[in-house]
Amino acid sequence: MRGKIRVLVGKPGLDGHDRGAKVVAAALRDAGMEVIYTGLHQTCESIVEAAVQEDVQVIGLSVLSGAHMTIFPKVLKLLKAKKATDILVIGGGIIPIDDMKKLQRIGVRMLFGPGTPTSEIVDWIRSNTSEPKKPSRRAKRSVKKRVTKKRKK
Amino acid sequence: MERFRAVCMNDIKSLLKGDKRVIARIVSAVEDGKGEDLLESIFPHTGRSFHIGITGPPGAGKSTLVTSIAKRLLGCDKKVGIIAVDPSSPFSGGALLGDRIRMTDLALKDNIFIRSMASRGSMGGLAQATKDVALVLDAAGMDYVLIETIGVGQVELDIAQVCDTTIVVLVPESGDSIQAMKAGLLEIADIMVVNKGDREGSERLVSELKFAFEMREKEAGWDLPILKTTAIKDEGIEELVLALESHEKHLTKTGKLEQERKKKLLLRMHELIERRIRVHLQKKVIPENEIKQLMESMYKRQLNPYRVAKKIARRIIRGSR
Repeated sequence: MRGKIRVLVGKPGLDGHDRGAKVVAAALRDAGMEVIYTGLHQTCESIVEAAVQEDVQVIGLSVLSGAHMTIFPKVLKLLKAKKATDILVIGGGIIPIDDMKKLQRIGVRMLFGPGTPTSEIVDWIRSNTSEPKKPSRRAKRSVKKRVTKKRKK
Repeated sequence: MERFRAVCMNDIKSLLKGDKRVIARIVSAVEDGKGEDLLESIFPHTGRSFHIGITGPPGAGKSTLVTSIAKRLLGCDKKVGIIAVDPSSPFSGGALLGDRIRMTDLALKDNIFIRSMASRGSMGGLAQATKDVALVLDAAGMDYVLIETIGVGQVELDIAQVCDTTIVVLVPESGDSIQAMKAGLLEIADIMVVNKGDREGSERLVSELKFAFEMREKEAGWDLPILKTTAIKDEGIEELVLALESHEKHLTKTGKLEQERKKKLLLRMHELIERRIRVHLQKKVIPENEIKQLMESMYKRQLNPYRVAKKIARRIIRGSR
């Protein structure tokens, strides 16, 4: 299992409102995570590259500019190109519910709207980065076998 | 690549080729203290890159300086690795790593790898695993590894044990010549930089530092440069890079590089032995009931901790033979 949870918090695009991102970054820090904060005005490319080099488990993007339907798909696409789709992408900001649904359908794992308690974000990250999420079928079977063998004894 | 997959030996080939995703994975393993086998197999491929340390108080402009130095080195077709350390909270264990903010335009280039590290409880200005991470970047074919410490005070000097050249960065607000005469931080400098040179008092600090260093015993053949930079405007960086080059030349020419690196390896070996002994000690070498008795007798002043420690240490050393 991985030791520390590492999260990248980024502000892609042109909006300059970073209060939210900073609040989230501080909350994750206080929850014992290592937060790589990239600052304002990042391109999707630099965020994905940073996430790969920093080997984070989660990318959290704050988008308040209305460009979420461009930014999130682009980040997902770039992650795919880097074969890094195991990094979970989550986000927050001003995103209409219909768009949220669309984004979650294409692979954004979770979106947190305004007013979300930070503890909810912390809990979500903790429960989704702990291993193993679902044991594969083969693993399950071998566990069963072992159990039945023991019983026979 | 599957998440949580253990890093395996096949990855070493990709590491040596400089695959960034693999470098990142191996660095994580090393950071989490699970990389000893890996480090063993990496070690023969290290010793080729030159390590430069940048240290100084918080907000002195270390990250910005590192960025400007890295840009120049990249311009000379060099491969550059950067390790930027920021402090972990002693309370939550968490950390906010913000050194990358100043380096964003760099990170996209091919010949660079940047990694933020949290200090994770280490007190010397670096993380415990920083030395090992530097080895990983060394093996990955970096020509230069730049290591930036957390913002330091006077005694966080670990950096000098990792790097071939140590740059100490100060700002005009750092203090006067008396500060410069004190023991500690300034003693490890191979190059001194007064950053934020456009601020009032920078000239004064430079001349006071020159005065203070004149009184010190000099290292043979190396005249410690005291430079003024304004990193944010890219001023004085040319001179700094030249100074770095000439220090590197000085080290190779005088044979000091080899000498110092040998010393550092010995030191590292001792550290690793110490670490193993510490782990051994935690495994209850002294039985629980004996500990209780000892505590009681020491509290009642029938025994003293000095004598007890001597006895127990003797017992452990004898036992291990």
